[in-house]
Amino acid sequence: MDKFQIQSMNLHYGKFHALKNINLNMQKNKITAFIGPSGCGKSTLLKSLNRMNDLVEGCKITGSLKLDGEDIYGNMDVNVLRKRVGMVFQKANPFPMSVYDNIAFGPRTHGVKNKKQLDEIVEQTLKDAAIWDELKDRLKKSALGLSGGQQQRLCIARALAVKPEVLLMDEATSALDPISTGKIEELCMKLKNEYTIIMVTHNMQQALRVSDYTAFFLLGEMIEYNDTDTIFSSPKEQKTEEYITGRFG
Amino acid sequence: MAKNINSSVLNLKPINKISFKQRMLSYKRKPLSFLLLIIVGLAAFLSAAALIFLMVYILVKGIPNLTPELFAWEYNSENVSCMPSIINTLIITCLTLAIAVPFGVGAAIYLAEYAKKGNKLVKVIRTMAETLSGIPSIVYGLFGMMFFVTALHWNMSLLAGSFTLAIMVLPTIMRTTEESLLTVPDSYREGSFGLGAGKLRTIVKIILPSSMPGILAGIILAIGRIVGETAALIYTSGSATGTATNVMDSGRTLAIHMYVLANEGLYTNQAWGTAVVLLVLVFGINTLSAFIAKKLGSKKG
Repeated sequence: MDKFQIQSMNLHYGKFHALKNINLNMQKNKITAFIGPSGCGKSTLLKSLNRMNDLVEGCKITGSLKLDGEDIYGNMDVNVLRKRVGMVFQKANPFPMSVYDNIAFGPRTHGVKNKKQLDEIVEQTLKDAAIWDELKDRLKKSALGLSGGQQQRLCIARALAVKPEVLLMDEATSALDPISTGKIEELCMKLKNEYTIIMVTHNMQQALRVSDYTAFFLLGEMIEYNDTDTIFSSPKEQKTEEYITGRFG
Repeated sequence: MAKNINSSVLNLKPINKISFKQRMLSYKRKPLSFLLLIIVGLAAFLSAAALIFLMVYILVKGIPNLTPELFAWEYNSENVSCMPSIINTLIITCLTLAIAVPFGVGAAIYLAEYAKKGNKLVKVIRTMAETLSGIPSIVYGLFGMMFFVTALHWNMSLLAGSFTLAIMVLPTIMRTTEESLLTVPDSYREGSFGLGAGKLRTIVKIILPSSMPGILAGIILAIGRIVGETAALIYTSGSATGTATNVMDSGRTLAIHMYVLANEGLYTNQAWGTAVVLLVLVFGINTLSAFIAKKLGSKKG
């Protein structure tokens, strides 16, 4: 089943044509990876899916983007959209408050006030993000004191706490060491039973290890989109082959 | 064993420590560098010395004049009590902040969070704020007299004085708050928006708490100006000697009290005593604000 349907989408930053005629459907409960060299538009596309590009001045989008058949840029409330489509950023960005308050921020935003219910959500999401054992004794401590890998997993937990349907990951492991990266990759594989995950990555091995589908972007165009095994074993386009074999990019 | 290693480490002579002899040698090679050291050292010493001299001078002249009569509840020409002025000062400070802080912080939030970058209005407001903060305070005083006292018929009152001061400190509060909001990393905003929080919630729960120390620093600066101001108040809140019982009363603040005493030339000793009180008051307010800032800072974790 298609979670996202993107049709003839174009995106301009001012005069710069950042995404050119993108047509892409992404499946539910799968991991889709966007790969491509820096500046190819993959992060831009990702951010269009929960309208984070709205914050960028001069960003103009045309075409149609649908979530479960519903127009993302239509009448849908943007805060509801962002609740349904959560995001994890390249650089871990915990708020300057306690671990507990970081996780509880989302649910509180969406109206959960009951202390007991919040406690449960915090515990459950930290368990889901496989970081409960490390953090259960320091829930009241500042999140800024955690290590980089812990902070990023905390941010994943924070995104999960609002019970999204989709998780967008924008190079979420690029600043982490291999062990933390491994933990987050494992986590993604576990989470895809319940969530649809779309990740941007510079790490081809990661795309190969984790994702079910891969889309390759170059200079604002989507060159090829297929299941990951096909892309990496027998790409149809020459440019894709050149990129994944490391001849450029 | 471990102990042995420690003591032997202590006995080692580190080679990376620059000795006095080495330093002198290096200055001998570069005399200009030595000259600079002397100049900046002297500058630092003289600045500190001037401040310390001033403080000590005030304290020495003032403390002997701190008599119980100086703190009598009622002012009369015998005791020249500064108690009414202390109370007036506190009232004017609170009133001014109550007017200036909401507007200043609000305007700063608009400039930093809502206005589009490169907006013409924003540039105009910023330029105006900078200009306003450079205007001599007597100009504010004259404006206050013409507008609040005369045109609005508020007469000379704490209210007229507070409004005049509020306009005076508004640019300070606005600019420091804006600077502090702009230092909040965008990643906090992204994180909050990404969770489906609206603009209001993001500002109230994430951005304002993170920028609280900067906002408080602006308020402390403003308090300093309010407590020390004379020119803007002398024609707006006036120099009545009593304790104001409501905001439409005229009343003098400590700084004006001191100005009047020194001006009349009859109570120079009491003026020194009042100076000590003013010094202690400002010190007290700053310490309190720093304490509050620290409390708020530690609360956010």
